[in-house]
Amino acid sequence: MTKRRTWLYFIPYGLWLALFVIAPVALIIYQSFFDLGHHFTLGNYSAYFQSATYLKMTLNSVWYAFLITLFTGLISYPTAYFLHGLKHRQLWLLLVILPTWINILLKAYAFIGIFSQAGLANQFLSFIGIGPQQILFTNASFIFVATYIQIPFMILPIFNALDDLNPAFINASQDLGASGWQTFSKVVFPLTLPGVKAGVQAVFIPSLSLFMLTRLIGGNKVITLGTAIEEHFLTTMNWGMGSTIGVVLIIAMVVVMLLTGDQKPKGGTPR
Amino acid sequence: MKRKLANLYLILVFIILYAPIIFLIVYSFSEGETMTNFHGFTWSHYHTLFTDPRMLAIVANTLLVALLSSLIATLVGTLGALGINRTTKRVTREALLTMNNVLMVSPDVIIGASFLIFFTMLGIPLGFGSVLMSHIAFEIPIVVLMVLPRLREMSSSMLDAAQDLGATMRQLLSRVVIPFISPGIFAGFFMALTYSLDDFAVTFFVTGNGFSTLSVEIYSRARQGINLEINALSGVMFLFSLLLVGGYYWIQQASHRHKQRKRGVTS
Repeated sequence: MTKRRTWLYFIPYGLWLALFVIAPVALIIYQSFFDLGHHFTLGNYSAYFQSATYLKMTLNSVWYAFLITLFTGLISYPTAYFLHGLKHRQLWLLLVILPTWINILLKAYAFIGIFSQAGLANQFLSFIGIGPQQILFTNASFIFVATYIQIPFMILPIFNALDDLNPAFINASQDLGASGWQTFSKVVFPLTLPGVKAGVQAVFIPSLSLFMLTRLIGGNKVITLGTAIEEHFLTTMNWGMGSTIGVVLIIAMVVVMLLTGDQKPKGGTPR
Repeated sequence: MKRKLANLYLILVFIILYAPIIFLIVYSFSEGETMTNFHGFTWSHYHTLFTDPRMLAIVANTLLVALLSSLIATLVGTLGALGINRTTKRVTREALLTMNNVLMVSPDVIIGASFLIFFTMLGIPLGFGSVLMSHIAFEIPIVVLMVLPRLREMSSSMLDAAQDLGATMRQLLSRVVIPFISPGIFAGFFMALTYSLDDFAVTFFVTGNGFSTLSVEIYSRARQGINLEINALSGVMFLFSLLLVGGYYWIQQASHRHKQRKRGVTS
């Protein structure tokens, strides 16, 4: 009796699971099999896989996401490592997280000002004698801003991995005569690899779908999978094709998750 | 020497992290229309912001959606966490957790697009209702993830003791379980709040015409170019974020102290 009653509490959550987790995923797959006239078709998929434009766009999107993840990782690992050696490291970590609480669009908007013709970046370039350049609406500016936005999400899981690392391992390695670099490359880095993987997971997937940045900063020159989906859903109203690209994005996501191991998205949220 | 280089690197990273935000706020006090060359101090952009009825309505909308959705998501998420915690089979629990995390790892566009299909098929009009439902939906998993660890920490002997002393199911929940997991619930609520305030992509998909949140409004204004009213807005939002972070940090610290105090008593 009481057992059955307590299960009543679970109903709202169960409804949420059914309506907002299972149904939407099922619907996007379902929708991908329909054309503009609401007829069942496999045409969206055949169009996608035969069209050079779509395939090139997908490759481009993956390539940019890869670059963004790479740069983010290269900047974040040393940051997390040095940060972890500081005295008030929890406070510093909070300062790393703080910018993520600022709306992403405001950050993108700031870069519109910084990268504009007479903006801060061009003033700096003029100052060091290079002269003003077209910075806004280039691929480089898109990668820069995306990297900027993702850095905290990479630092966090790496920092947590460093935190979990037992210092006895480092002491043991040093006692056994390893140099500083050997200790790092043979002990510290392999043991914090799970953090790096979690970071890659937290950065790579969103980078495939950052459509507002491609519009505001990339000037529509970079088309990511996210941009294409937004375009199909909200501009050309071709939901079938949009859903097909969505299914591709979901598959890409699953592949990334499998490649980076089945760990919990531990670092994805600030603690 | 090495230490110095490390510190230099950290300083550089922090400058890069904060420069755009400071840049935005500095120019919110600049006279003129552009974000180039500071033209002299003024409060006028803040004045424009606070006398812009459209903007004020959007701020009210955004806060209403954020608070309402976080409250509902916290309630549903906490109940969900209680349910997941009660499952005895490992497989069921793993399956539930995996499904719980689907919305956490899905790209925003996918969530937005699939919700748009969902609402359209059910004939739910796009606007306040659809935005609210979407926000509740993507906030629930984070609440579950915040509450669940606290539930795991709860020792079963405490529950047994309460039951042996004659507590009913309801009393058990309201007097023992909820107080124990309340730090997790608060953390979940705060995370839900920030998720809601931060969201752009999902809202952009399901908002339709007529209803707008701050993120969507900033996007459409930013596409038209520089407008220092947005800078003033970012100043206000930065202050607000600081308050939220402060509140979140304070709650975390308080629960930490609480835990330590308790440990001190038992050991």
